[in-house]
Amino acid sequence: MSQTDTAIRKSKSSQRLYALTWRLPIIVWQVLFFVGPLLFLIAMSFFLVKNYRMHEAFEMVNWQKMFSRDYFRDSYFFTLGLAIGATVLCSVIAFPAAFALSFKVSANTRRWALFFLIIPFFTSYLVRTFSWYVILAESGVVNSLLQFIGLGPFTMLNTVFGTMVGYLTLTLPLVIVLQTFSMSQIDKSYIEAAYNLGCGRIRTITSVIIPLAKTGLVIGAVFCFILAFGDFVSPYYLGGSKPPTLSILIIDTTKSGQQWPRAAVVAIVMMLTLFTVAFASIAYAYRKRQR
Amino acid sequence: MKDKLISDKLPTSRRKFLKYGAGASAIMAAPYITRVSAEPTTINMLAWYGHGEPDIVGEYEEANNVKFQAKYYAGGDNMMALIAQSPPGTYDIILSDGEFVQQLNAAGYIDELDAGDYNFDDMLHEDFTQFPGHWADGKLHSVMVRAGHLGVSYNKNFVTAEEAKSYKCFWKPELKGKVGHFDWHLPSLGQMSLLNGNGAGLWDLDDAAWQKVQDTTLSLRPQVGGFFDYGGTFNSLKNGEMHAMCGIGDWITGVLEKDGAPVASVIPDEGGIQWTESYCIGKGSEKADLVKAFIQYMLSPQGQVKSAQMAAYPGIAITKAGRKLLNEVDAKEAQRTGQVDGLENDPITLINEGRIHYRNIPVQQSLEDWNDFWSEYKNA
Repeated sequence: MSQTDTAIRKSKSSQRLYALTWRLPIIVWQVLFFVGPLLFLIAMSFFLVKNYRMHEAFEMVNWQKMFSRDYFRDSYFFTLGLAIGATVLCSVIAFPAAFALSFKVSANTRRWALFFLIIPFFTSYLVRTFSWYVILAESGVVNSLLQFIGLGPFTMLNTVFGTMVGYLTLTLPLVIVLQTFSMSQIDKSYIEAAYNLGCGRIRTITSVIIPLAKTGLVIGAVFCFILAFGDFVSPYYLGGSKPPTLSILIIDTTKSGQQWPRAAVVAIVMMLTLFTVAFASIAYAYRKRQR
Repeated sequence: MKDKLISDKLPTSRRKFLKYGAGASAIMAAPYITRVSAEPTTINMLAWYGHGEPDIVGEYEEANNVKFQAKYYAGGDNMMALIAQSPPGTYDIILSDGEFVQQLNAAGYIDELDAGDYNFDDMLHEDFTQFPGHWADGKLHSVMVRAGHLGVSYNKNFVTAEEAKSYKCFWKPELKGKVGHFDWHLPSLGQMSLLNGNGAGLWDLDDAAWQKVQDTTLSLRPQVGGFFDYGGTFNSLKNGEMHAMCGIGDWITGVLEKDGAPVASVIPDEGGIQWTESYCIGKGSEKADLVKAFIQYMLSPQGQVKSAQMAAYPGIAITKAGRKLLNEVDAKEAQRTGQVDGLENDPITLINEGRIHYRNIPVQQSLEDWNDFWSEYKNA
């Protein structure tokens, strides 16, 4: 081996070490606070509970128990349906707002608008959710206004509608921000070119803007799905826990009889779903267009 | 030269350094020493919401230089879980639902009490002196401090007092989607068991009776508008979202009624359930004497009045002296809750008439069976 080869190898190994040094904190962080707890969660799903205390074991009883219960399956599909519904609704509502912020307003207005979209995150989500009680109650603001035109009262709290309002409270500002960031990166000359080539407004949006902003739109949708799928507050307080989502089922399971192992089964199923949806979506978002 | 000046001013020898150092330390530490001696003793409490709040413990804290650090739970299962997760000695005082005392004792979470420390002769009802599960092998483990009754809770604008005399009112067609549940299986399923005519045997159900309770409960599902925690139950009744509530009683509607809401709770003809709250001293507590004194305070007439007027949720006075003082200082509340001798809705009269059944855990099924069904019911 020549001295040059040795020098190159040393240089490469030094570069790898340098890169590892920068990567190390995030690796350590993930191992300590994600991989470690995740492994414990998986192990816990095989533990047993006796007299409100967990005992280490390797039994399949919790998995068998949860998968043999109809209410677990019902909760799963109900939660999945709600999260998909919220994702579609949120993405559709967010798009015109993000489109306007990206293409129809000045940079200064966009900055202010993004600032105001971030402000809700300064307050507690629980407080924001509770504030909907005043607005959506049968004696609340919305029904009072509707009564002026002879409508209502409508039941909005403790319904799927209430849950959706809560989900949108949580996710809509974030999705608008993500969509806006994504669309404002689009090179405007592509849009001009589309117009010059005879595309109408709708065709420009569907053939140019959406494909170019695809990554951001999908990431926004994924965030919405993740937050809605795991949310406890909205389905409990605005949906009346009727029927319970998986997050509520986790709370119910732990509240009664300290059944953390069974709650772990629910949590693992939730995580598997989220991983599947997130990876599939990201793969789709970054997939190159077929020519 | 400069170094020399400094060294001249400083205590250079080891003896001088220690002397001045000790003096300076004493002066610096003096305010802290004074403060430490005045620092209140912390008493860790595990209780339902409200028991560690100033309206209950404030006066006692001030008079005895103690500070209550409260951890709140909702439901006996939740209480057991919290204790099981904590090292021994974490909680000095535990407020338990009466029916869970035997489980606390069986698990070794609470200390034995000296019956001589508490004035059982003053109890309003004989049952309160020998409350089920509070004594084991002649040894006392918990002292009952307050109670309340669960029945039909309703909005007076939508349900009449006559209709509320039976749990059947929950099935009233006009209440579709307007019946709420306090999200805990025990009180709601207990009430369904009473409706099925199980009376005193409401917790001791054989397979057929248990199946019937499940069927009755499932038939109520189309009427149900939601399952609520403590705050949600308050809100849904207050803002008119729910017109009737299953599994609660005056402990919720009493607070709203005092605020002027058109709500009430009654014990229906099928009978009601008594929730019972009892204090225990946590095993391994180093402040047992302070805790004992606090329990004595809560059983005193003043403590009983505070409990009856508790901001979070009212309970009935369980001692004769407590009831007497309540009638003197807050006749309106005594009247509202029937805590006046001779009234038809006097809680003690209801117990004597056999219309009240103490809340218990299922006898022939496990809590897990009941909870499983509750989850199934919520999903139905």
